[in-house]
Amino acid sequence: MKISKKDVEHVANLARLHLDEQEKENYTKQLNSILEYMEKLNLLDTEDVPPTSHVIPLKNVFREDKVRDSLSNEEVLANAPDAEDGYFKVPKIIE
Amino acid sequence: MELYELTIHELLDLIKKRETTPSEITESVLKRVGQVEDRVKAFVTITEEEARERAKHIDEDVNNEGNIKSLMGIPMALKDNMCTKGIRTTCSSKILYNFKPPYNATVVEKLNDAGTVLIGKTNLDEFAMGSSTENSAFHTTRNPWDLKRVPGGSSGGSAAAVAADEVIFALGSDTGGSIRQPASLCGVVGMKPTYGFVSRYGLIAFASSLDQIGPFTKDVTDCAIVMNAICGHDPMDSTSANVDVPDFTKSLVADVKGMKIGVPKEYFIEGIQPEVKDAVMKAAELFEEMGANVEDISLPHTDYGLSVYYIIAPAEASSNLARYDGIQYGFRAEEYDDLIDLYKKTRSEGFGPEVKRRIMLGTYALSSGYYDAYYLKAQKVRTLVKQDFDNAFEKCDIIICPTSPTTAFEIGAKTDDPLAMYLSDVFTIPVNLAGIPGISIPCGFSNGLPIGLQIIGKPFDEATIIKAAYTFEQATDYHKQKPNL
Repeated sequence: MKISKKDVEHVANLARLHLDEQEKENYTKQLNSILEYMEKLNLLDTEDVPPTSHVIPLKNVFREDKVRDSLSNEEVLANAPDAEDGYFKVPKIIE
Repeated sequence: MELYELTIHELLDLIKKRETTPSEITESVLKRVGQVEDRVKAFVTITEEEARERAKHIDEDVNNEGNIKSLMGIPMALKDNMCTKGIRTTCSSKILYNFKPPYNATVVEKLNDAGTVLIGKTNLDEFAMGSSTENSAFHTTRNPWDLKRVPGGSSGGSAAAVAADEVIFALGSDTGGSIRQPASLCGVVGMKPTYGFVSRYGLIAFASSLDQIGPFTKDVTDCAIVMNAICGHDPMDSTSANVDVPDFTKSLVADVKGMKIGVPKEYFIEGIQPEVKDAVMKAAELFEEMGANVEDISLPHTDYGLSVYYIIAPAEASSNLARYDGIQYGFRAEEYDDLIDLYKKTRSEGFGPEVKRRIMLGTYALSSGYYDAYYLKAQKVRTLVKQDFDNAFEKCDIIICPTSPTTAFEIGAKTDDPLAMYLSDVFTIPVNLAGIPGISIPCGFSNGLPIGLQIIGKPFDEATIIKAAYTFEQATDYHKQKPNL
């Protein structure tokens, strides 16, 4: 087993997911079987192979720093689960 | 013959000859939706009233201008992961169940400019993660050829809508096969363009280095027409390629004489359905009879593609989906203790099992101590997969192979085994890893279910793919078959 239930709990916390006991069991089992399948990558010697992060050669893309139209405050907040006085509203963070 | 059965090019001819109007076409399509949608379930949202109004508007444009735009009055659908201003865009996820984007994706603007009529937003596997649409938070779409079977995925709604004549064409997105695989299973034409050819601005991100938008159409001619409308550089997408877009309709020439076609031996593995193999082999013979030079080739790292994909795509997804936290838009959990708990409860209640599984996998692959072993390793093997294609394209112009190892499978058959589900994309994934273009076209049937032929090309050489696909289509009539709904 590459991943223990404790690892699953740690990763879930990093990913900001709350898992119940059943989900922890399932994911431990499933992630192990998926990672086991991926073991085959280690059959390849990639010592001198450069990594590919993107398939097309990418450079930084710049544009002129011009003032342009943007969304109105109203449009930005229209989808918010909770908003007040033109701001997104969240639970109290600092006591 | 009903209008909804026709293709883009047939309908445009009728509009030009003033034998029909955009409103008549839209009414015909909406009638069809009314007849079959409760069985097919291709849509998440149907924009019936907006469509009628839009069609009326275009009626006037046709009368006033007399200048027919490339898609004027053509009813279409969009996969529900493309932002449509003021129209609900859900990614088939509870976490975006009420999200109305404040802007249009670039492809939506481009289609609007070309004169299309939006009929609705189509169902997908949640956040495009899946191969069957069974991962949708709302419902499973049915394959129009057999309602007990899946349409494929993740763009299963778009594929089924076109196959069932509920729209004339549709757009989907393809990260590991999500256009080509459902096109294959539903017996329609589906193209994934070269990475960077179509703007991703307004496409809700799954795996940013792999995602690409493309068309579902009823034939190859329509594919070329839609490609003309959606390709091109976009300053709003920093990964958009700054290359010239050819007129793809110029490639609609039935001629493959002297074309060099490679058939990769690694794509005829154990586990492939025999009828699929036979149909693709017959297609290779037909190309040879029509004057192409068909030869066996090798793509030696094919077998590693799936592992590479299921590290890179979840890693990118875990990062892209970090934004769904219940603060700015979408679903927020009702009960929580503090801010961190709000995040956790919102995400746990808002995401479905497959999305959570991939977030977990991706977070693990990127986490401290495992990055080199998984993510970096996968990126290196990605280079090897890409080099396989580079080497092959030194010898051949296109590659042909099956799109999917099997025809459509039954609903529920693979839901308990994530790996078995992942394997249905084994022939489409390497194309995404290499960033190159591919198409799926109908090439046969097995027990009444469509089989797809995949044609893969060099980067930005969609023209050659379209030419080969068109030549095959002219010599066969698989694309003219319709499901009995």
